[in-house]
Amino acid sequence: MACMVSRSRMANQLRGKMSFLLGTCMRSSWTSSKATVCSTSAHRHRFPSSFMPMLLFQRFSTAKAGECVSQPCDDPNDQGLDFPGGKVSFSAEMRFLSGSPEERISCYRVLDDYGHIISGSSFQQINKEVALKIYQDMVTLQTMDIIFYEAQRQGRISFYLTSIGEEAINIASAAALTMDDIVLPQYREPGVLLWRGFTLQEFANHNFGNKSDYGKGRQMPIHYGCKRLNYFTISSPISTQLPQAVGVAYSLKMDRKNACAITYFGDGATSEGDFHAALNFAAVLEVPIIFFCRNNGWAISTPTTEQFRSDGAVIKGQAYGIRSIRVDGNDALAVYSAVRAAREMVISECQPVFVEALTYRVGHHSTSDDSTKYRPLDEIEHWRTARDPVSRYRKWIERNGWWNDEVEDNLRSNVKKELLKAIQIAERLEKPAINELFTDVYDEAPSNLHEQEKSLREMIKKHPEDYPSDVPI
Amino acid sequence: MLGVARRRLGCGGFSSSMLGQTLERIRLSNSILPRSFASAAKEITVRDALNSALDEEMSADSKVILMGEEVGEYQGAYKISKGLLDKYGPERVIDTPITEAGFTGIGVGAAYYGLRPVIEFMTFNFSLQAIDHIINSAAKSNYMSAGQISVPIVFRGPNGAAAGVGAQHSQCFASWYATCPGLKVLCPYSAEDARGLLKAAIRDPDPVVFLENELMYGESFPVSDEVLDSSFCLPIGKAKIEREGKDVTITAFSKMVGYALKAAEILSKEGISAEVINLRSIRPLDRATINSSVRKTNRLVTVEEGFPQHGVGAEICTSVVEESFEYLDAPVERIAGADVPMPYAANLERMAVPQVEDIVRAVKRTCYRSVPMAATA
Repeated sequence: MACMVSRSRMANQLRGKMSFLLGTCMRSSWTSSKATVCSTSAHRHRFPSSFMPMLLFQRFSTAKAGECVSQPCDDPNDQGLDFPGGKVSFSAEMRFLSGSPEERISCYRVLDDYGHIISGSSFQQINKEVALKIYQDMVTLQTMDIIFYEAQRQGRISFYLTSIGEEAINIASAAALTMDDIVLPQYREPGVLLWRGFTLQEFANHNFGNKSDYGKGRQMPIHYGCKRLNYFTISSPISTQLPQAVGVAYSLKMDRKNACAITYFGDGATSEGDFHAALNFAAVLEVPIIFFCRNNGWAISTPTTEQFRSDGAVIKGQAYGIRSIRVDGNDALAVYSAVRAAREMVISECQPVFVEALTYRVGHHSTSDDSTKYRPLDEIEHWRTARDPVSRYRKWIERNGWWNDEVEDNLRSNVKKELLKAIQIAERLEKPAINELFTDVYDEAPSNLHEQEKSLREMIKKHPEDYPSDVPI
Repeated sequence: MLGVARRRLGCGGFSSSMLGQTLERIRLSNSILPRSFASAAKEITVRDALNSALDEEMSADSKVILMGEEVGEYQGAYKISKGLLDKYGPERVIDTPITEAGFTGIGVGAAYYGLRPVIEFMTFNFSLQAIDHIINSAAKSNYMSAGQISVPIVFRGPNGAAAGVGAQHSQCFASWYATCPGLKVLCPYSAEDARGLLKAAIRDPDPVVFLENELMYGESFPVSDEVLDSSFCLPIGKAKIEREGKDVTITAFSKMVGYALKAAEILSKEGISAEVINLRSIRPLDRATINSSVRKTNRLVTVEEGFPQHGVGAEICTSVVEESFEYLDAPVERIAGADVPMPYAANLERMAVPQVEDIVRAVKRTCYRSVPMAATA
């Protein structure tokens, strides 16, 4: 590819990259420079590789010799360079960009640790009904995590993964979207599905892989998917959902829909190639998408300090030319407000927005992991208690007079009851029938799949004792 | 491919007037195809067959988009997308940054949500940078989501050995992709195949890997009026008997079909009647056509340019052993590329891919016109 790649870069410089639909100022500046590039192309395309280093080298030698020879110059070409993307000014100072800024990018917050609205904070007002649904769903998610986790420990399901500590991200971000917005999740955002109306019975059906599971028992637990709720089936390989979400956003853009795509991922995902491809494409193709990064400090056992040396993930959004914001992921009001504003921007301007939410993975990575082996207990405990997003938000609704202990107890006990019932039903429901082994590989099964099914059925008939009794034939 | 590289290099130095001329040529070329259709000879190149198939399907369905490196302004590294940008605009003919994983993932996502993307790889060698999206997402999503997410997408581009471009540009991926359930894998040989199969691939609701051959793009084939009709389409999963015969069956796909036909011609002069099967579809594989031919001829030679181990020939051989073993009068012969990365030097390169005389010799061995290889060992 190497030889082709270098050529195509030249070709890219020669032509105007095409954009469509919503025009932006970016494009017009590019168009204006296009004519210049074409007319002097032979010179231009050599410029980035050879001219620039030479320029730097000369300045460097000049400085080293201690000869201060700079003269004021009236040549307009010395004022700056009309370069694709906009004007670039010249600088006599040899200055490398710092790898790490002196001050880290600040984190947008609305509620303080005690559930007070920080004075002067700008945020989206929410009414009592929505505010309470956010709280109730956060509690439901917490309860669901505890009970399914236990079910896995009892050997009733093979795998589970909790969202503990990230309830505000899950629910408040979902609350800021509309049902027409398309969600391409990772696997720590079941709360988005919950907010959209996925019932506890539907969650249980999936985790037990019974015949009512929308995935027909083909995906491992917690890989939910629901077309009705515009929530794409979860893909296990990290980051693959990011470029795919850009594709979904592109489709929305072509249909001129008043909706956006949102994709969730963790801090570890930012190291995958797909992450970088997705951000770059989203910026270049100008599509309505929200990239939502849950920076929870840990990618299984890898801390963010070993994942990247940049100032978190938010800076990467900016590096790709995407409007970006860092929010307190444990502050439901901040998450809600930021996503709400992001949604408006991505749709009205047809541009991507990047949101980095700072949070902490309080639970283990999954039921296959014991995180106490690689991180201090007091760190986990601090985030579980002092920084718990659910209790912080509860303080705020209590202060508004919308919540009290009695309602709290009722809610928790009802959710628990409902969930235990759902699990019992899910466990007793039949497993998918044998023909489901072969359906959906293709839109229409080819002959070899019919042959396989026929041969399997004959074999079961001959040796019924060798096949599980819980598979409906 | 080197030729292309040179032309591309030249493009970097275009003056604005040259650029203008090029654009002029491009605009004119939009009308070249119908004219050549109307000519008496009725021959079209594989390139024009692919181009017209894309054009017609894009015209018939506004959900069809084309995406890849250099497919728009540059009209494709091999000019398969000639004229399409002018006709369908940059919203549907999308030049992308140079990230295979990026545009493949975006294509898969767009297919998840209502579009019917055609993704062009400059060559299939580069699809390896995006293979996760093809195997783990495109091929499996319909199954994993239990039919909630269908993925109507075509991945296309030149595959297999070209000429003088070395190991990283010369490899056949037919058996790689054909091993994966959920994908369909098509390999056209002629202009008729190229038109009929590409149109079928674009209309198909499942993900299709469409493997072209760079050296075939410029080849012309006679075509019928039926093939030139915009409704023309070929069935996926059906092989074509290119030449009927009674003494031996030769299976081949892509460029090797031409070699097999040449071999059959030579063999006919020596009294051997070879049946040549153009596989067209590697997955699903037309086992019925292959086995019924072998049951008639009782002999089989498989031909492919790819590596021998776990290749398409191995799968065909297994199918015949499973279904028609008792009909075989001779051991199956398998002709494949050498089990080495492709060397660059022309003399070595020739030795690394099957030649017509290799096929002729293999057929003679199975027909006992020469000493079988096993006997000489």
